[in-house]
Amino acid sequence: MNKLKIILNGIITENPTFVLLLGMCPTLGTTSSAINGMSMGLATMFVLMCSNVVISAVKDVIPDKVRIPSFVVIIAAFVTVLQLCMQAYLPELYKSLGLFIPLIVVNCIILGRAEAFAAKHNPFDSLLDGIGIGLGFTLALTLLGGVRELLGTGKIFNLTIFPEEYGALAFVLAPGAFIALGLLIAFVNKLKTK
Amino acid sequence: MIVVLTLITALVGAILGSVYQLTAEPIALANAKAQEEAIREVAPQFDNNPIAESDTIISNGLEIVVYPAKLGGVATGAAVKAPTKSGFNGEIVVMVGFEKDGTIREYRVLSHGETPGLGAKMEQWFRTDKNRQSILGKNPANTDMSVTKDGGEIDAITASTITSRAFLQAIKTAYAAYMQESVDAVSGSSTQTDAISGSTTQTDAVSGSTINNNNGEEVTNE
Repeated sequence: MNKLKIILNGIITENPTFVLLLGMCPTLGTTSSAINGMSMGLATMFVLMCSNVVISAVKDVIPDKVRIPSFVVIIAAFVTVLQLCMQAYLPELYKSLGLFIPLIVVNCIILGRAEAFAAKHNPFDSLLDGIGIGLGFTLALTLLGGVRELLGTGKIFNLTIFPEEYGALAFVLAPGAFIALGLLIAFVNKLKTK
Repeated sequence: MIVVLTLITALVGAILGSVYQLTAEPIALANAKAQEEAIREVAPQFDNNPIAESDTIISNGLEIVVYPAKLGGVATGAAVKAPTKSGFNGEIVVMVGFEKDGTIREYRVLSHGETPGLGAKMEQWFRTDKNRQSILGKNPANTDMSVTKDGGEIDAITASTITSRAFLQAIKTAYAAYMQESVDAVSGSSTQTDAISGSTTQTDAVSGSTINNNNGEEVTNE
């Protein structure tokens, strides 16, 4: 498979949020602002890249029957490493994302890619797939976070676009996450069918 | 099959153990730094070590920590960390800085689960000098720290009365703890007692509380 195609596949054709609809829990939970969405996307991308490479490298020694538990252990290890490092070196970011970092373990994107891609391809292609899917997830989360932040508070990345009084607060809260995500998916589908 | 799974978990366990060891110190440092910064932001100028000299007071099941600020050995006030469980969405923890006489100097909201855009405004609201919003520069001894709706003298956050009540409750808890702390600290030295008397009225709020000094010593004010 063409290397560039693997990356583009993750960003557009199989975008985890807008097309595969995977990992909805962190998607809805962390996108109250563009910066939170982007950080969550990057954290997931890091774990996805590492786990894809390692799983692809050890796939031949793992018997089929214990495949899933082994994958989960490997993914959980990377998430814990990420959590500890973030706590130690980026305490501010950890404060705003802390609750969602352990949830990366059960993010179905990561296990899904391990099963669907890393277990069948070589480590390098798996790394590219991790980058592609990770970028797709990051872009989607940043976009959703940006839309919610803009409609809710009139800001993007903390830059004021219009006064806060005109914002619809609901978009920062949970219901707004569903509404904004639904509209974005409809918009992406419209673009794709053209 | 079992061998492979055991090997993988053992290997992962070893890696995690070493990463934990590597990051344990930076994490402790980062936490201590964050705490010290919060104290420095709210407390009056000090040259002692408030964390080492801190007192933990347990009152009504709440853990209140008083960080005394001293300049050249003379008490200048304190930073008090106080929680409240009556928030709209879980616990709110505030760090309040008091001048020596109990005037509120500055505050920080350390953690909360309030609604973004509504209750979460408390980080700014109670320091904004508009109408009767601000609590800065006010002394709970002569100001009723309740929302105007309850007959108090502080304007509640628009559409977030529950959060405002909880926040002010935490401030009052912190004040009561600080006052009790300074009374206890003074009880050994007769010279300072007069300065504090008259402001002991609020200590009732924390009656039945116990004091634990971090160093396991009696607190005295030199």
